[in-house]
Amino acid sequence: MTDRNDFLSREKFMAELWRYKKGSVTRRHFLGVTGLGVAAGVLGTAMPGLRSAAHAQGSIGDRVVVASWPNYHDPANFDAFSSETGAAVDLNVFGSNEEMLAKLQAGGSGWDVFVPTNYTITTYVEEDLIEPLDLSLLPNYDPASFDPRFADAGTVNGVVYAVPRNWGTTGFVVNTANLGGLPKPTTWKEFWDMTKAEFSGRTMVHDYQLTTIGNALKYFGYSFNSIDPAELAEAEKLLLEVKPHLFGITSDYQPSMRSGDAWMSIAWTGDGLQLHRDMPEIDYVLGKEGGELWSDFFAIPKGAPHRDAAYALINYLLAPDVNAKEVMFHGYPVADARVNTILPAEMLNDPIMYPAAELLDALEFGAAVTLTDPNRAELMARFKSA
Amino acid sequence: MQRQTLKTWLFLAPAGAWFLCMLVLPLVVVFVFSFGERGAAGGYVPAFTFDNFLNLGARWAAFKNTLTLAPTGTLICLLIAYPLAYFLALKTSPRWRTLLLILVIVPFWTSILIRSYAWIYLLGGQGIPSLLNALGLGNPRLINTPFAVLVGIVYGYLPLMVFPIYVALERLDKRLLEASSDLGSPPWRSFLQVTLPLSMPGVATGCMLVFILLMGEFLIPAMLGGGKVFFIGNALVDLFLQSRNWAFGSAVAVALVLVMLVTVAAYLRLTRRWAGGRDDVSLM
Repeated sequence: MTDRNDFLSREKFMAELWRYKKGSVTRRHFLGVTGLGVAAGVLGTAMPGLRSAAHAQGSIGDRVVVASWPNYHDPANFDAFSSETGAAVDLNVFGSNEEMLAKLQAGGSGWDVFVPTNYTITTYVEEDLIEPLDLSLLPNYDPASFDPRFADAGTVNGVVYAVPRNWGTTGFVVNTANLGGLPKPTTWKEFWDMTKAEFSGRTMVHDYQLTTIGNALKYFGYSFNSIDPAELAEAEKLLLEVKPHLFGITSDYQPSMRSGDAWMSIAWTGDGLQLHRDMPEIDYVLGKEGGELWSDFFAIPKGAPHRDAAYALINYLLAPDVNAKEVMFHGYPVADARVNTILPAEMLNDPIMYPAAELLDALEFGAAVTLTDPNRAELMARFKSA
Repeated sequence: MQRQTLKTWLFLAPAGAWFLCMLVLPLVVVFVFSFGERGAAGGYVPAFTFDNFLNLGARWAAFKNTLTLAPTGTLICLLIAYPLAYFLALKTSPRWRTLLLILVIVPFWTSILIRSYAWIYLLGGQGIPSLLNALGLGNPRLINTPFAVLVGIVYGYLPLMVFPIYVALERLDKRLLEASSDLGSPPWRSFLQVTLPLSMPGVATGCMLVFILLMGEFLIPAMLGGGKVFFIGNALVDLFLQSRNWAFGSAVAVALVLVMLVTVAAYLRLTRRWAGGRDDVSLM
């Protein structure tokens, strides 16, 4: 450790800090002796990036409340946003769109940003629960670079209410180490039949009417979106038969798949990719009969308490470099061509993220009517309380 | 005299207002809603129908689960808490007693949510079952079963049972026990004829506290039952926060309140009879 005049040793620095804290020297003396005053001055003027953006553009407040899904955000990006803007991100995780709708209908959710799925947006507009977006506050959103298939649902009657976040599929994960000689299941029929037999006590389904009822309907070859009472009755019969054989009913299925307690679960793309990445024996399967293709959106609820911060956060996450980091973390594809030019090739060729065309063709987007249909809602509630 | 009444009213006003706004009014709302209908996108639409009550059978399983697991949990709490409270009140020196009492409360310093997560791992396949397996005692499924929910319930609510019993035993006049022994009674008989009857008010209070809270429980079954062990509280959460059928949810809530009133009234009558018609069996 040197003790030159222009370079303070660690011991000397601590001694000066101690003297300053005790009040024996003034702040000016402390900053002068240690050089911190100069350093702070230089950094402040020469590197405007280090000054908080909040100062630069007027404050956006100290927090932003987000309602989203499990395993869907890289905490590092939230941290970076917070240190840049001074607004802490408060993340709430949900298991179904119904739960999000219920919170907003009840009022006083306190959310600034939420992440609804394609089929719910018309209902939010009809119920007057979301704001039309001011696109001038989202300079990072470039509609031209988005695949319209995954972006259109955000626009209702010509007004943009939501901008695309990610898209994905709903299939199932299966731990192939537990197959014990069985062939790997490739259909929803096998998913449900194995649950009742070899995988009894080891399968999970979502706590979510759309996917759990939808994929039970697939067992019979009906539409994922059916609201036909006779078809729903068949699905209910199957679900009630399967219930004693389930390990659990939850949308947060990663922990039990990782611990080995559960062997199979209805799953979304990113969870499939995250599990497969860490445990190659876990495969992600799209049922041959079909199932769900979806896209998620950023939206701002009416009366969001931190509206400015909401726009700032959405804009931040839509910046292609940040969005690419998100994708590398969670493994859900994006519809933004700008992001795809940054992503590594092995991700763009990943069969979990970008399934074969014939598998994708069989999938359906969720239909708005499933969100509000009273029979589907009550069927799910009966199944859970049975 | 006038001033006295005015004073009484003034003192009662805050509690009365609280009671009215936080208990009576919400109950009235729930009661009114229970005769309504679900809105098109969920929620509530005014109507006058008994359909919601006629449909209560659809939640029978949840009622049955609650009415089996809540009393069982209360009983197990009692069986564990009584010896513990007895030991704390009668068998420990005052110096140790304070420390031990604090240890009983310490778990409350951490959220029940976090403690339930800990139980998920303890009861999961890599936890206690794998330990049992290593000892050659089989590899039972514990998590997401009624047993796991019972463990969580007893763990979470035990302190609420310990304290009322402890207070009752601690207040016990020790001279009664000396008298009993002087008159030739062996310890087990003194316990049965003196200690136990005198601690009954504490037992009744503890059971009531735990039972009432358990009837409304939803967090522990949701976390340790994996969505498979369903309490009536979970059915309510579902009806309000998923299927958004506030009218039917209100009817279930009204039914729960009625079931509780009947059970608690019956329980109070029974305990009063056991306590030999004394009136000191009350909530604290």
